[in-house]
Amino acid sequence: MKFETPATTNPIDQLKVVGQPLDRVDGPLKTTGKAPYAYEQHEAAPNPAYGYVVGAAIGKGRISSMDLGQAKAAPGVLAIITAENAGKLDKGDHNTAKLLGGPEIQHYHQAIAVVVAETFEQARSAAQLVRVKYEAAKGSFDLASVKDSGKKPKEGFGGPPETAVGDFDKAFAAAPVQLDATYTTPDQSHAMIEPHATIAAWEGDKLTIWTSNQMVGWGVGDMAKTLGIQKENVRLISPFIGGGFGGKLFLRADALLAALGARAVKRPVKIALQRALMINNTTHRPATIQRIRLGATKDGQLSAIAHESWSGDLPGGEPETAVSQTRLLYAGANRLTAMRLAELDLPEGNAMRAPGEAPGMMALEIAVDEMAEKLGMDPVEFRILNDTQVDPEKPERPFSQRRLIECLRTGAEKFGWDKRNAKPGQTREGRWLMGMGVAAALRNNLVMKSAARVKLDKSGHITVETDMTDIGTGSYTVIAQTAAETLGVSLDKVTVRLGDSTFPVSCGSGGQWGGNSSSSGVYAACMKLRAAITLKTGLSATEAIFADGKVSAGGRSVSLAEAAGDKGLEVEDTMEYGDLDKKFQQSTFGAHYVEVAVDSFTGETRVRRMLAVCAAGRILNPKTARSQVIGAMTMGVGAALMEELKVDKKRGFFVNHDLASYEVPVHADIPHQEVIFLDETDPISSPLKAKGVGELGICGVGAAVANAIYNATGVRVRDYPITLDKLIDQLPAVA
Amino acid sequence: MAAAAMRSDVHAQTETAPAAVNPVTAPSLAKVSLKVNGKACDLELDTRTTLLDALREHLHLTGSKKGCDQGQCGACTVMVNGRRINSCLTLAVMQQGSEVTTIEGLGTPENMHPMQEAFVKCDGYQCGYCTSGQICSAVAVLGEIKEGIPSHVTEDLMKPPSWDSSEIRERMSGNLCRCGAYSNIMEAITQVAGGRA
Repeated sequence: MKFETPATTNPIDQLKVVGQPLDRVDGPLKTTGKAPYAYEQHEAAPNPAYGYVVGAAIGKGRISSMDLGQAKAAPGVLAIITAENAGKLDKGDHNTAKLLGGPEIQHYHQAIAVVVAETFEQARSAAQLVRVKYEAAKGSFDLASVKDSGKKPKEGFGGPPETAVGDFDKAFAAAPVQLDATYTTPDQSHAMIEPHATIAAWEGDKLTIWTSNQMVGWGVGDMAKTLGIQKENVRLISPFIGGGFGGKLFLRADALLAALGARAVKRPVKIALQRALMINNTTHRPATIQRIRLGATKDGQLSAIAHESWSGDLPGGEPETAVSQTRLLYAGANRLTAMRLAELDLPEGNAMRAPGEAPGMMALEIAVDEMAEKLGMDPVEFRILNDTQVDPEKPERPFSQRRLIECLRTGAEKFGWDKRNAKPGQTREGRWLMGMGVAAALRNNLVMKSAARVKLDKSGHITVETDMTDIGTGSYTVIAQTAAETLGVSLDKVTVRLGDSTFPVSCGSGGQWGGNSSSSGVYAACMKLRAAITLKTGLSATEAIFADGKVSAGGRSVSLAEAAGDKGLEVEDTMEYGDLDKKFQQSTFGAHYVEVAVDSFTGETRVRRMLAVCAAGRILNPKTARSQVIGAMTMGVGAALMEELKVDKKRGFFVNHDLASYEVPVHADIPHQEVIFLDETDPISSPLKAKGVGELGICGVGAAVANAIYNATGVRVRDYPITLDKLIDQLPAVA
Repeated sequence: MAAAAMRSDVHAQTETAPAAVNPVTAPSLAKVSLKVNGKACDLELDTRTTLLDALREHLHLTGSKKGCDQGQCGACTVMVNGRRINSCLTLAVMQQGSEVTTIEGLGTPENMHPMQEAFVKCDGYQCGYCTSGQICSAVAVLGEIKEGIPSHVTEDLMKPPSWDSSEIRERMSGNLCRCGAYSNIMEAITQVAGGRA
């Protein structure tokens, strides 16, 4: 099916199942410990050997010698794989650094060996006996010091490296009110709770991997390419994924090393990356330095907007596209955005939840707050005044839907924004300084080609198969809802099977496109099944009504079980898109409101209340969508207050590489969270009229927290995270 | 950090690093008997096997999760003799004769524990990987409050701890949820607590 013109009325609009706040269909499995994750395949892959990964102890350089003697002689050791004995390996299209390093070391904790042994304990013990000599090379590890060597990156996922409209310099110079400020965001880690984990098993030249991966198709392709084998010989199974956030978009060392290990020892090998290895071994969200200049008239109309961002990555890597939202969020005739990418020898930078917008809005939405204050305007009203209904860089492109103003107004009313004292540092509650902050949210809506197979059996039961993944997003559930709605059956008549490369290729989970795009692929397949059913039953396709497990037309009614017959019916289809995303700018919008209390003695910030108002098209399941948003808000609080990978600038690695020292929000940090979805459909996005929502929730949250802290204390911090040391010496006198 | 580095942050040591490793010896095996979810289990294990790996790799009870293997995330939380512990931080042989309750022992998809039901109803999870630990902790937390065991935020040690959200949040803070389901988890626990308190 091709989606080329805006959706009209279709079976999804019945909203009998879609749009309902249903419990997750995989809930009973997940809450009873019965959902099998990658490392938990005792039946499918019995008698595995265990792999333990050895990571490089330098940030850059070479291995000059490696002594495996003692390790090989250790009890239970079956094999040790290194670059020297692994055979010829290529590098995956989605990897920047090699997954098995040596002799050249590209980054700290790059895998250089895997020890395979009979038991986990033996593999772990033997891994300690691998002796390596290095020749360390001088590396580049400090973004601030190499920033000016940054080059214009090539055009990538986040659009062109530079854009310009009008004459920014002239307009900025002429603007009666100006802001010129620089903000920094640190390196951050996905820190999903399930480590990257894989079991690999070979049968002849065919490889099966049970692995934790968001993008089944990419994983198959990159495994095949890395090993130099045919894609057809790789099967990737990823039924449950214990969190990804972008960190499991790619083939990683656990998968490759398990495959190499299993080939060497001729039996299944299982590997989970050790927690303390994960942060430097895998990818992270790169740090940014962002300069924002805003020029406005005295009445608050933005006339000049510039956003420049610097980030770093390994050679061949990509920038953090932190200027993306600034191209779209506010009106203003004279504009400029630019990204520069410097070479760093830190571990590989890559996508983490809302790449680009998440750190970009952490900066932009403080700048907007600062500008509103300079103008003496309420920050909500300032944003509303500068709203735009067209792409400000290409005014001929309207937004498909843009209800940012309604998000802001609804939020202000529900949150009690009128009780905020615009003058900072004025509101006290005992020892606590109280403040409120607001930020806008924008995240683009991407639509991706996605395929599915749908089967109807003789009992009237529907089975959907697609290689889509559920990383906690609710894919199992919204796909089941889509099939049930389209075919007129109840949810318990649908089984959804995901995460297997033998199923039709889906869009995968990334960029908040998964829910809408994969469900649209399932919708396409279900519509094809409807056609097959009417053809087989001789009912009029145009009149047929699918409801209550039956198809009816012209006074005749046939149950789906009967229509299926003994052989059943099976169809496959792909949803593909025309150019509606070119003609229209498709984005999702929101407003975040946050109240904080800052300890007037210690500078410790506690988040008291949070509200997000979201306009993100049709919400396929308000329960799971709400969870996506509160989860993203939680990660946004982490980004605002605590998350920072500390760089050892001399030795070149992230120092706090575990869950004790890389702090993420815990229960005690997060209050009750409110989410409001505006009642919306976007027929330009997809037949489901839905959009993405999983990343919208994090966009702007950090700035809303920062702005609330400013409102509470009068201290403007432009370097995240806002830890108490950045506040304490500037807090108002206590007594 | 240093302790963590010794344990699982294996990076290859340079030859100039102090040789802290013992000579290679065959593993010591030991017999251990546990009562897991009411069922007697006799195992012969490498003495280095954690309770978590005994459950997951030897008894194939994979509901208890390995998130960090170093006591930082809480995904491996189980109850041993009625108290919750991080099962990655105890060796199986240290638990000779213990009664262990895992997520599988609380309920099944067909017959769920009230806390499991509340998690489903309140959507107190997303990816599901921290969930077993959250639920085991939640069940234990309500027990701890009921028994009058104070926490860091209990204001008056001479009075029974309250059932309010700050007590529960504090006690649950050893269970990380990176999907950020905290607000929903609190709702689930509060619902169950409301039914019991």
